[in-house]
Amino acid sequence: MAMALPLAYASSVGNPFEAGRLSFSTKATKHKKHIYQSRKVTKVLAYYGLTNPPYKLDALEPYMSRRTLELHWGNIHRGYVDSLNKQLANSPLYGCTMEELIKTTFNNGNPLPEYNNAAEVWNHDFFWESMQPNGGKLPWGGVLDQIEKDFGSFSNFRDEFVHSAMMLFGSGWVWLVLKTNERRLSIVRTSNAVCPLVWGDIPIISLDMWEHAYYLDYKDDVSKYVNNFMDHLISWHSATARMVRAEAFVNLGEPKIPVA
Amino acid sequence: LILCRIIRAKVTPPRLSPKACGRSAMALRTLFSKKAFTTASGFRPIAAGDRCFLRQARGLTVAALPDLAYDYGALEPAISGEIMRLHHQKHHQAYVTNYNNALEQLETAMAKGDASAVVRLQSAIKFNGGGHINHSIFWKNLKPVNEGGGEPPHSTLGWAIDTDFCSLEALVQKMNAEGAALQGSGWVWLALDKGSKKLSVETTANQDPLVSKGANLVPLLGIDVWEHAYYLQKRRNESARCNLFFWGPRHMIFVQGQMKHSPSSSPLRFTL
Repeated sequence: MAMALPLAYASSVGNPFEAGRLSFSTKATKHKKHIYQSRKVTKVLAYYGLTNPPYKLDALEPYMSRRTLELHWGNIHRGYVDSLNKQLANSPLYGCTMEELIKTTFNNGNPLPEYNNAAEVWNHDFFWESMQPNGGKLPWGGVLDQIEKDFGSFSNFRDEFVHSAMMLFGSGWVWLVLKTNERRLSIVRTSNAVCPLVWGDIPIISLDMWEHAYYLDYKDDVSKYVNNFMDHLISWHSATARMVRAEAFVNLGEPKIPVA
Repeated sequence: LILCRIIRAKVTPPRLSPKACGRSAMALRTLFSKKAFTTASGFRPIAAGDRCFLRQARGLTVAALPDLAYDYGALEPAISGEIMRLHHQKHHQAYVTNYNNALEQLETAMAKGDASAVVRLQSAIKFNGGGHINHSIFWKNLKPVNEGGGEPPHSTLGWAIDTDFCSLEALVQKMNAEGAALQGSGWVWLALDKGSKKLSVETTANQDPLVSKGANLVPLLGIDVWEHAYYLQKRRNESARCNLFFWGPRHMIFVQGQMKHSPSSSPLRFTL
């Protein structure tokens, strides 16, 4: 998640004498106090910062090149963070947590201007953490059980995920989410910057289907990108951690305790 | 069917589809003359397989990938040959193929009366058909520098731009801004309103054609701001959303050259 980095700076209130007040009685002493106080630090503003992916930029080679990450994280993700900070500088929305900000600015389908930047910052953070070097292969434990329960088998889930990614028109994301109301895992495809948080669902894994995520490495071969993500990049460790946290919010039923 | 066989014996058309002659009894008389036969059933001398031929016979025209009027590398250095080749041979071709497939499925669904299938196919038709339309306009908007690409527009179009946007630079800036502000994938258009005869800058999302923004709008100039149109040439210190055509004054503005030669879709432009 994006961390707020406190950035303190002193705001100067300017020289009160410039206002033209030249009285020297009690007002002067008040002015003196004022000048004295203005030397202290008066304002602290916090900004969203760009978090680093949990691996080096070349760690995902050959499935996602260093160059892709340099541009995707260094330029595009950073650009969203900077734009968001600029937008929030003089906005009443300043001071929310990222999730709050996303839900508020989504405004039930009529997004405010800050939504795009906020959601994309969050989405990209989530995406970097959804991948790892030497990833892919199979999940285990609770995640695998839940996938098998909700999709029938892991290969069903994989096929459905790949199919969903291929069926996306335009830019967007594909998510494995835990639906809070239905209490099951599901695959969701969203356009542009839409994030399942806005519907109250809990995302477990995401895949960036914007062209900038794969174009340098795969050009137009989208299926190869998606398959490589499933086979080599997806981080089931993150998925497990997120599932564990999600189960604190969603009751997935009694665990199967073997009877003695 | 018997009648068809007689026709086949008398007149030898290239290939005969039973459906074509079974279409209506009234048309049968015209079928006896070869000339009328060809025009009645609309056969066209295209090199295509049976299914395509049958589609022609039923009156369904297939979309085809248009050729470029210049080499892939002719637009260097503004647009690299690799981008042009991928954009034309892979992306545009994919839109054409998927559009044709969707149309075929639509026809089947309509014939069966399957309304839910018809509705379900609409998004695929809009996306792929729109992609085909938009890219066809796009290729026409580009021209190599040595053939006049990059020159500022003259005469009626130039005056119209000055009237509606104050100057060409203002138009360029506006299109850049609109392109940068576009979220996700889409297109930026210089549009002419047929009714009010005014130019405007419009944007559409994904592959929506310009008419989806207004039935009176005619596209004069379209810029593809999908990432596949420029991402291979993206350099590190450029902003994420870089409008390929208006990269600073040092790059040739290819697009402008084509505006002089109005595409056939906008004959009204010069009656301003």
